[in-house]
Amino acid sequence: MHIKVLGSGCKSCDTLTERVRQAAADAGVDATVEKVTDLAEFERYGIMSTPALVIDDEVIMAGRVPKPKDLVKMLERRG
Amino acid sequence: MSSVWSFIQNQVLGMRWLNDLVGAGLTQIGIDPAGYLGGSLQFFIYDVIKIFILLGTLIFVISYIQSYFPPERTRAILGRYRGLKANTIAALLGTVTPFCSCSSIPLFMGFTRAGLPVGVTFSFLISSPLVDLGSLILLTSIFNLEIALAYVVVGLILAIFGGALIEKLGLGTEIEDFVVGSGPGQEMDTPDLSRSERLDFAREETLGIARRVAPYIFIGVGIGAAIHNLVPQAIIEALLGNDNPFSVIIASVLGVPMYADIFGTIPIAEALHLRGVGIGTVLSFMMAVTALSLPSIIMLRKVVKPKLLGFFVAIVTGGIIVIGYLFNAIEHLFI
Repeated sequence: MHIKVLGSGCKSCDTLTERVRQAAADAGVDATVEKVTDLAEFERYGIMSTPALVIDDEVIMAGRVPKPKDLVKMLERRG
Repeated sequence: MSSVWSFIQNQVLGMRWLNDLVGAGLTQIGIDPAGYLGGSLQFFIYDVIKIFILLGTLIFVISYIQSYFPPERTRAILGRYRGLKANTIAALLGTVTPFCSCSSIPLFMGFTRAGLPVGVTFSFLISSPLVDLGSLILLTSIFNLEIALAYVVVGLILAIFGGALIEKLGLGTEIEDFVVGSGPGQEMDTPDLSRSERLDFAREETLGIARRVAPYIFIGVGIGAAIHNLVPQAIIEALLGNDNPFSVIIASVLGVPMYADIFGTIPIAEALHLRGVGIGTVLSFMMAVTALSLPSIIMLRKVVKPKLLGFFVAIVTGGIIVIGYLFNAIEHLFI
């Protein structure tokens, strides 16, 4: 599973990245987590608010930082 | 009827009872609220508590409303309008769309990609931090409803015409090349949220924003308390008082590069006004701090060329200064 967190470096982007890393570990899924600040990537995924969560090239959500346990549940479902 | 409203304004929103309570509490433990230290302490405690209560309630309610207006929906709505009408709708939507300034880049890109004129995007970007339900209620609590409504109206006008002016000046081409030209990109599915998802969103936003904004509130209240009780009247009057014809300009120029949440500016605005600074000067300061900031300008630079950026800052600052003088001039009509 390849997870990307798209953001421009504000606090919530960092928080989401941390939470996703932790959630991946908690959910026991094998995932790489990448923090993306390249604007061309924002363009490519068509996101309008940050931070955005992209899993295996699919935009899952944007503009919010979900609770850790919601992230774990979501990753478990996909894993 | 007007006594009911006075009650709402003074006690529910202004929470004067809280101020009295804190004052009484301090007296009980031997600190005199009439003295310098006691007065500052009273103001500090009262203001911090009041702001956090207001903040919590307001953000929760507003976020709930905002969950109905994700940026994708705003963009779709705006696509249907042209000209000044589009600027107007953009400014109005800016007040209800959830938007942290770090989102300004993807939002700008998204709007532009969909073919929305740059002026319309800027109307949105100007009104978004400047005007919302929160600022309306806060201003009512510090001043009164008439001023709050006037601020909202004037802020919207600034957003609408600021954006339109940017368009008229032909600055629409001054965007970084990579922004224009690529296709619509992957359109994200934005399903409607359920009631409990909206409540979750509202709660997350409230806690997240409260945490982020808390330091600014403490600093703002600290400065407010100092202004309230410690800074000599003479300095305030010299710099920002009504006899100084440059007070509005000073307030605006000071405020522009500063970054603080609107909640952090309240205690400063309150304290300045109590010390006799004109309404217009106070409002200019608040608007300058919220509408523009060094971080957001730096962010915008990534998608917008220097010429457009410069005009944007100049137009908004100029508008704020004009509004400040206007309000100072008509102040007697409101108070």
